[in-house]
Amino acid sequence: MSDTHAQTVAFVRDTMLPAAPPPAQQAGAVRWLRENLFSGPVNTVLTLLGLAIIWFLYVAFGDWFAHSVWNADSLPECRDIIAQTWGEGARGACFAVIRERWNQYVFGFYPPELYWRPVMTFGLLMVALMPVLFGASLSIRRIVLSATVALTLLAMIALGAPIVWLVFAVAIMAFAFYASETEITRLLPFSALFPLLGVWLLWGGSLWGPIFVLVGPVLGWITWRVLSPRSAMLATIMAALVTVVFWLFVAGDAAGDAQNLLPMGIPAVASSSFGGFLLSITIGVAGIALSLPLGIVLALARRSDMFLITTLAVVFIEFIRGVPLITLLFVASLLLNYFLPPGTSFDIILRVIIMVTVFAAAYMAEVIRGGLAALPKGQYEAADALGLDYWKAQRLIVLPQALKISIPGIVSTFIGMFKDTTLVTFVGLYDPLKSMSDAVRASTSWKGIYWEPYIFVGFIFFLICFGMSRYSMYLERRLQRGHR
Amino acid sequence: MTDLPAPANPPFRPSMLINDRRYRSLTFQVVVFILVMAAAWWLVDNTIRNLAALGKTFDFGFLWNRAGYDIPQTPIPYTADDTHFRAAAVGLLNTLIVSILGCIAATVVGIAVGVARLSNNWLFARLMTVFVEIFRNMPLLLWILIIYAIFTEILPAPNAYRGEDPAWSMILWDNVALTNRYTAIPTLGMTNDPGSLDLGARITISWATIAIVAALVLGWIVRGRIRDHAQKVQDKTGTRPTTWWKSLAVMTVPTLLLIWYFGLHLVPPSLKGFNFSGGLNVANALVALWLALTLYTAAFIAEIVRAGILAVSKGQSEAAFALGMRPKRTMNLVILPQALRVIIPPLISQYLNLTKNSSLAIAVGYMDLRGTLGGTTLNQTGRELEAILLMMLTYLALSLIISAGMNVFNSRVKLKER
Repeated sequence: MSDTHAQTVAFVRDTMLPAAPPPAQQAGAVRWLRENLFSGPVNTVLTLLGLAIIWFLYVAFGDWFAHSVWNADSLPECRDIIAQTWGEGARGACFAVIRERWNQYVFGFYPPELYWRPVMTFGLLMVALMPVLFGASLSIRRIVLSATVALTLLAMIALGAPIVWLVFAVAIMAFAFYASETEITRLLPFSALFPLLGVWLLWGGSLWGPIFVLVGPVLGWITWRVLSPRSAMLATIMAALVTVVFWLFVAGDAAGDAQNLLPMGIPAVASSSFGGFLLSITIGVAGIALSLPLGIVLALARRSDMFLITTLAVVFIEFIRGVPLITLLFVASLLLNYFLPPGTSFDIILRVIIMVTVFAAAYMAEVIRGGLAALPKGQYEAADALGLDYWKAQRLIVLPQALKISIPGIVSTFIGMFKDTTLVTFVGLYDPLKSMSDAVRASTSWKGIYWEPYIFVGFIFFLICFGMSRYSMYLERRLQRGHR
Repeated sequence: MTDLPAPANPPFRPSMLINDRRYRSLTFQVVVFILVMAAAWWLVDNTIRNLAALGKTFDFGFLWNRAGYDIPQTPIPYTADDTHFRAAAVGLLNTLIVSILGCIAATVVGIAVGVARLSNNWLFARLMTVFVEIFRNMPLLLWILIIYAIFTEILPAPNAYRGEDPAWSMILWDNVALTNRYTAIPTLGMTNDPGSLDLGARITISWATIAIVAALVLGWIVRGRIRDHAQKVQDKTGTRPTTWWKSLAVMTVPTLLLIWYFGLHLVPPSLKGFNFSGGLNVANALVALWLALTLYTAAFIAEIVRAGILAVSKGQSEAAFALGMRPKRTMNLVILPQALRVIIPPLISQYLNLTKNSSLAIAVGYMDLRGTLGGTTLNQTGRELEAILLMMLTYLALSLIISAGMNVFNSRVKLKER
């Protein structure tokens, strides 16, 4: 059969032809354009629509941005500069307001001679976050740490920080570098102590306050060590009790007495001086740090098999999720005085932080509950089969996986909360968006400036929120195990 | 097999309350209950003592006093002589108006953007991504303030529309005029007005509205009957009778007839004196708030829609194509039902968020529930406790009603798994 075939075919090519280039319409940019922009009538219309939108935006804002002025002392001066440079009737942005009011936007009404304190606090915050955020990658740590150190120290020097505090910052950062290169977990004790240090640096006052706050858990730990051989549960309860009792009834007076005996401290700054991004970031970071643990506890409570606990958690979560944040902030500013013993009043920023935390925690609880529900039942059963008790099972098996599943939701709750920090303007705090811009407009030199402050503040918020969402994507990729 | 003796139940000892898992949870719950009750008692006791110290009482009687303030935009008749209760009701209605308008517009824009982000068109998909990222990553308050500033700072006063050659002209075929104080839109006029039904409390509903709603509801019911019948025929014979024109007819023809009978038409606003009249002058606070809520929520809805469509595995549409289904039927019968299952629950929470976010009306002075009950009423009567509690409970009830209603809808579209 094959013989006949071979004889009937006149010619058989036995070498490959050299590959010909594709036709011009099927190669390079032309092909890309045809495939991605003009593949059909609908697609072509969409492309034209897209081009029209870009053209419209360019016509509407292009020259306004191109003519922006960065160096002027008032809006009329800005307009003069624009008119001189670009001719009469030209439009232009006056970003000089950002330059002139930069300190006000960043620090609010914080005393200018103490600006270095918030700067140092946020530099050290980045250091403290290093083992938590970038525990896995040495190269990222090197970049972030170097940038943080350089920016913080330069800013502190420029703002005239006392030499003692510069040395203190350099010492901590040197230790951070050492820990980062050897074993990053060595930095964790600093991360744990940072909240106290940060609060003390921002608000100032007696050093004895944070010291005595720290004494509480130390006493609790000693109690735990003494009692734990007898009963672990009793030890835990007593340790918590000792800490709380010490904080409530001893710490305040003791700190006051110690301050009288041996005054030690830095100038105090009142909460009313806080404003701008300092306020937003303080509330945002505190809310993030507090709402995650509270959210986890609420989620576990809601899934508990104890009826009373579940009911309480459901009522709490649904109530908080059912009302707008503004009403909770009004509760903080107007009603809290009714609920507390007569004569007590505590800091408005602290009240706002509590409300923002509670609000975010309720949403966080729902996100984490979703993660817990998505975990296969086999994981819970495996934990039981290993004989782990409830807390060990949650800590070692359930929560690590559930939290990993819920990362996107957790981070978007964080982002939502950070954006919501702008609402503190309605309880009289100086947020960067509304109160600060109103304050800037209230001055005669910047009367009538609307867009530039909004664009600036929006841009900063965009950077932070977009950064957080990208970080969550990085984290998701990093924590991916299996599922390939 | 030997029978093991049943484990003897050990006698109860007090230490089992802590060490035995069966009793421990009971102990724990009792302790928590006592703590919660103690905390509640502490709060209530503090409140009573504080109120006594201030010489205040806790009662809602103030709601029936004269309000004495004006509200710019009132969906139901309201004057300064009305009670605080009616002012709060006006505020609630204003909240509902902006929320419902916002939910509808955000859904439309969100679905369009979400689908466009998935389009093959490189340029358009990127543009929509930029839109979503910009709106999602900046505070809603910023958008409200910017849009409101555009209305108040850039748009002209009404008299810019005056004269032979005005500086500004009305848009949408001379129907809408944008000014720095309000947006003038057309109203509905009737040449053959059937009068109104009085619901009491000075609230009236036009008979024409009732008739048209009734016609639509009836049309919907008849449409359901027609589809049931078509299904029956299909089950019996295998071919489905064409019903789309019948459905369309029962839904539209009676309504159109009613519109013709009542002589319903648009009355465009026109400039008389210093202001537009004839149409409806919608306060810019409402328009700006509505636009900002719409765009902000639409960015989130777009992500939800996109995630929902991407969640349907590619094998599903390939299987549908392999069965010979056309793209439109594939979308309607295979992809959408499965995508909706993913889309609806987060969509519900976006609607809830929008409703709650409408309380940011405070930034532009739109008199919603917070502006009336939690704003002017609170300041005038000095009853913070009652006003804020009532406002929170109203918002809570609103949220619970929306989520209950949407959950019913969700259980209807949910894929029935057997």
